[in-house]
Amino acid sequence: MTMSGQRVPIIEATGLIKTFGSVVGLDGTDFELYPGEVLGVIGDNGAGKSTLIKCLSGAMIPDAGEIRVDGQPVEFRRIQDARAAGIETVYQSLAVAPALDIAANMFLGRELRRSGLLGSLFRMLDHGEMRRRAADQLQALGIGTIQSITQAVETLSGGQRQAVAVARAAAFGSKVIILDEPTAALGVRESGQVLRLIRDLRDRGLPVILISHNMPHVFEVADRIHIQRLGRRVAVVSPSSTSPSDAVAIMTGASDGSSLPISR
Amino acid sequence: MSEIPAPRVDPAERFLRRRTPIQRIHHVLHSYPALSPAVVLVLSAIAFAFLNPRFYAPANLSLIAQQVAVVGALAVGQTIIIMTAGIDLSVGAIMVFTAMVMAASASNYGLPGPVALVVGLVVGTLAGGLNGVLVTRLRLPPFIVTLGTLNIFIALTLLYSSGQAIQGPDIPAILLWTGEDISLGSFRITTGVLMMLALYVVFTYILRNTAWGRHVYAVGDDAEASRLAGIAVNRTLLSVYLVAGFVYALGAWILIGRVGAASPNAGTDANLDTITAVVIGGTSLFGGRGIIVGSLLGALIVGVFRNGLALAGVDVLYQTLVVGVLVIVAVATDQWIRRVRA
Repeated sequence: MTMSGQRVPIIEATGLIKTFGSVVGLDGTDFELYPGEVLGVIGDNGAGKSTLIKCLSGAMIPDAGEIRVDGQPVEFRRIQDARAAGIETVYQSLAVAPALDIAANMFLGRELRRSGLLGSLFRMLDHGEMRRRAADQLQALGIGTIQSITQAVETLSGGQRQAVAVARAAAFGSKVIILDEPTAALGVRESGQVLRLIRDLRDRGLPVILISHNMPHVFEVADRIHIQRLGRRVAVVSPSSTSPSDAVAIMTGASDGSSLPISR
Repeated sequence: MSEIPAPRVDPAERFLRRRTPIQRIHHVLHSYPALSPAVVLVLSAIAFAFLNPRFYAPANLSLIAQQVAVVGALAVGQTIIIMTAGIDLSVGAIMVFTAMVMAASASNYGLPGPVALVVGLVVGTLAGGLNGVLVTRLRLPPFIVTLGTLNIFIALTLLYSSGQAIQGPDIPAILLWTGEDISLGSFRITTGVLMMLALYVVFTYILRNTAWGRHVYAVGDDAEASRLAGIAVNRTLLSVYLVAGFVYALGAWILIGRVGAASPNAGTDANLDTITAVVIGGTSLFGGRGIIVGSLLGALIVGVFRNGLALAGVDVLYQTLVVGVLVIVAVATDQWIRRVRA
């Protein structure tokens, strides 16, 4: 991978600590995401991947440590704060309301209102515009298999739901998109589509953070790989110079990674 | 970016996509949740007309409308709470408490009628808000919270009123206004009935066309997903309970007009009547699904059954038995409708 040199990370975190009672989720984790890259985040269960991502996306407030966006310190108290900074997250649970339709889900929590008095006084939603934009977004991401934008999300397959959630993030994410285990529940063909979506997003200039258990998927699309172990970042490796088995060795503690080239 | 070719339809998929007549019905009922209560209402009205032609007399239909007005209005509040996967057992108690506050403010404390009305509306809203605070701050299940406030408000009502009803002559005209007759041809309905219908129009609009309405459904559907999607879940829940409390206060106003008095002993069992109306109307007790006008249809179905069976000379106990059967059939139908193919 290229040397980043003096480039300013888009998101940078230093010394993040998060505890849950006596359980340590994050034990002083550092983190950097650079412009235009797909950063894989791997780690064993309980390594703190999800906690790290929740802190970066505003779903959790770290106990200590600093997060900077474009070099500026930020404090995310709520998901809305991170969103306002252009960070969109696709959670493993997808965060979709199954009984609502696709368009409603894409705009959930930031609905569009009609212009004029209807919108300002009567708070009337612009159903037509939301449906149009939702359809455009799905089209732009090459997700053409959905029959109708007014279908309830519960009638979709797992891959289609994932596509809706990714499309929602891509539609609103102006800076970073975080994907938490996007292929965990998917079959081979659907996983392939999601990986292709990730590359598309990067090619459109959006950096992506990909949290995954699936080594082949991470090694297929990631430019750099952040390895998390016991609440800390133990290494950042390049998929071109590190083998999946080496990464697993670092992840499980069999190797400390000191013999490997660290990619920054 | 390459276009994805249209997916090949596998034989199994074609098998799953086949539509038997039952599946078509299933699909239609799933798409239009108010349809099944509407069909039941129409069929039962036709059946009762056969049993006794007097059922269709304008005077009788007007009577049904008036009998349904209070429960129908309260059911609006109950519906939005049930849509958030909650339940409100305190609806009747809050209504009666609010009615007593309204009437007593005027008759015992000498407040002018409009002021007494506003006091009542504020008290009802705050009473609903108390439920909301307990549900969102203490994170207690709505069933427990409202079971508690049910008893609290019944007791407060009796303490406050010393068990005495306040009679019509002591109540200002504005509080009795909801009982005034309006003649539509040979139908005579009351302003209270119109107010109840207006509530359904307003809330149909709100739930369908505002972001708040969307959020009510979303929070009931999946609260955690809603939170992650950026909805302020607790604020939405609290606002639902406050709005429901305001609706109950309007119900209290309609009740005073209907009874022509404010009595501390009547109407506390409205909790079960409203839940019955909501459930028969096709709103899911699990939250996130339903349509508000269904609750009006549900209230009307109960009213029509009770009235029609009474006209047919059926004992009141059998009327209650039939309502019980209706509830079970409605929930069973709801379960079946909700079972959609993923």
